[in-house]
Amino acid sequence: MSRPRSQAEYLARLVPPSVAGLNRRSLLAGAAGAGALLGTGLLAGCGDSDSGSGGDAKSVSLGSNQSDPKPKDVVAKVMDGFKTSSGVTVNINTVDHNTFQENINNYLQGKPDDVFTWFAGYRMRFFAAKGLAGDLSDVWGKLDGYSEAFKKASTGDDGKQYFVPASYYPWAVFYRKSVWQQRGYQVPKTLDDLNTLGAQMKKDGLNPIAFADKDGWPAMGTFDILNLRINGYQFHIDLMAGKEAWTSDKVKKVFDTWAGLLPLHQPDSLGRTWQEAAQSLQQKKSGMYLLGLFVGQQFSGADLEDLDFFTFPEVDSTIGAKALDAPIDGYMMARKPKSKDAAEKLLTYLGSKEAADITVKNDPSTLVANSGANTGAYTALQKKAAELVGSATEIAQFLDRDTRPDFASTVMIPALQQFIKDPKDISGLLTSIENQKKSIFTS
Amino acid sequence: MSDLPLIQADRAVPPPAATTTKGGRGRRLRLLSRTDRVVITLMVLVPLLLVAGLVWLPAVATVLLSGTNWDGIGPISEIEWVGVKNYDDVVNIYPPFVPAVQNNLLWLAALFVVATPFGMFLAVLLDKEIRGSRFYQTALYLPVVLSLALIGFVWQLIYSRDQGLLNGVFGGETDWYGDPNVNIWAVLVAAGWRHVGYIMLLYLAGLKGVDPSLREAAAVDGSSETSTFFRVVFPVMRPINIIVLVVTVIESLRAFDLVWVINKGRNGLELISALVTQNVVGEASRIGFGSALATIMLAVSLVFITIYLWTVMREGKR
Repeated sequence: MSRPRSQAEYLARLVPPSVAGLNRRSLLAGAAGAGALLGTGLLAGCGDSDSGSGGDAKSVSLGSNQSDPKPKDVVAKVMDGFKTSSGVTVNINTVDHNTFQENINNYLQGKPDDVFTWFAGYRMRFFAAKGLAGDLSDVWGKLDGYSEAFKKASTGDDGKQYFVPASYYPWAVFYRKSVWQQRGYQVPKTLDDLNTLGAQMKKDGLNPIAFADKDGWPAMGTFDILNLRINGYQFHIDLMAGKEAWTSDKVKKVFDTWAGLLPLHQPDSLGRTWQEAAQSLQQKKSGMYLLGLFVGQQFSGADLEDLDFFTFPEVDSTIGAKALDAPIDGYMMARKPKSKDAAEKLLTYLGSKEAADITVKNDPSTLVANSGANTGAYTALQKKAAELVGSATEIAQFLDRDTRPDFASTVMIPALQQFIKDPKDISGLLTSIENQKKSIFTS
Repeated sequence: MSDLPLIQADRAVPPPAATTTKGGRGRRLRLLSRTDRVVITLMVLVPLLLVAGLVWLPAVATVLLSGTNWDGIGPISEIEWVGVKNYDDVVNIYPPFVPAVQNNLLWLAALFVVATPFGMFLAVLLDKEIRGSRFYQTALYLPVVLSLALIGFVWQLIYSRDQGLLNGVFGGETDWYGDPNVNIWAVLVAAGWRHVGYIMLLYLAGLKGVDPSLREAAAVDGSSETSTFFRVVFPVMRPINIIVLVVTVIESLRAFDLVWVINKGRNGLELISALVTQNVVGEASRIGFGSALATIMLAVSLVFITIYLWTVMREGKR
């Protein structure tokens, strides 16, 4: 399951290649890439085959999924920074974001680049456990500016680190300050507050909570936050790792609570995209929206300044409201890099303040993971988001990054949509999820 | 045809002097020159290898893999054999499977009962050489030229709940693509729109090939227009009818693009082909499980292919 990272990318995905005017050259390049993939398991023809054999560590290769112009540019600038500071050249192999994700299996089993972009969480641990990633414990010894939560999110099942975080975005409940001031709404602290507020919004003619799940993944965010609030971080992670039963009363309580909140959600969510839901918030038709920070992409100018958020309220006072979803993007090392030395040097740089500073300066739409970075250029929204994550006790990565990808996309998406369609038969649904989970996790 | 070997024998080129020493000359009458034999061998071998490599090998591999739990990672030697577990899972604990079969059948029924006959009807009308028939022909065929993915995109603009044309014009609040009771019909309209044009063109080509003297004879015998069609033209067009039938079945089995563009074949739009893709492609590599689904689809397709081949071969013998 891949999530579009920008509006442009999302829109691009709506348009089939035949319409988008895929030009002949890129089509041919794609065909050549596919040929290389079939033949050798390579994602794309690497441009560095002749430079590595010397092993003099004068160059290192990076496989990047940052294919949109803006992030691609940022990656290039960061790599320039590395060259200036170390004298080592980075050969960047950029691959289309979704292609990269869908071919990751073949890529890692073939001849991957020394360093490659990836995500924290189970997705990272899965490949580390399969022996497809390099141990970065030494690199972590040289890094500073990372909270314990970031380190935890970079650690594999064996206690070693396999990942260097670069950027992240928290999930929270977004709203428009002007609407709330006008109507005198207060930020809810508990689930009861949220229900009361929702009822009031309904009376005022608003959809209390904007909601969309046509693409299948946004509802995962709602499930995650409810599970984190009701059962706590550790249970959530164990459930995602297949260690807990979906048929337990704890999970049932999550769905029961959700069923109670569903009337407050915007109706007919299964035919709506997150952009459409975000626009209903922007047009002041909805009161709140639980989504990642990227919701801001649907706002601009004064509307964007009007956007604010709060973390999802507490459900159980013994659990609190300190855990949240904040997916982290970053870098990993191949299991056998051509030059381990150069690769580790690059990863140390990528985790440094300097690299983070370059990102902050060039890309106003992400939060950087290193707390030592100069974040003076952040917008008010970014600053608040960074504070929220900084004060979090635990950070989950989002359902499709915290569990096996095959389980997330083939079982959870249809199951959550089934629940939204028919919130009554929770036991039957959970039994079905558990049966499929057993089959997938034991295979 | 009978004189072909003679001509070939006449044209047979004596082997060049350099190769004569290698022998064999004259022992057997060569009907084909060396070049001819090389060309023929290549013409048989190359397509054979292509078909074997691109069709038979993947098909056999799919059937074999459907008995394993391979996730696409690790060497082939480590693939674990799980027998019929995948099939057991598909039937017993995989909720989207039953709706997918139902939707595939519904798709077949809708194309077979509505879209195909309608396409044939249009073809018969156009065959009458009415005024502007070329215009109608083009207009009706246009959707076939567009890719299904594009059709999905076009209809998305029409069907969107909050911003779509349908709800915008009629002020309704129908969730055309989100409501699982509605979306399959909405999609069938879009798919049918395209299928009608396809069938129309196929049938029109067939109608043009019907010997006009048959119609004249029927008219002389006092047969009405309708009964001429059903008693004379329709039976004469048996080969085309079979092709149309097969095309309809194939189209409904491989229906995929449209639902994939809309919501990746979930929430009311499940189709077997979409389920195969969901499981096999991408990071979620349940290759064994996906192969089991693909094998089921292959088995269903084989039934229709067998019927088709059997009919065609019987035609050939007559």
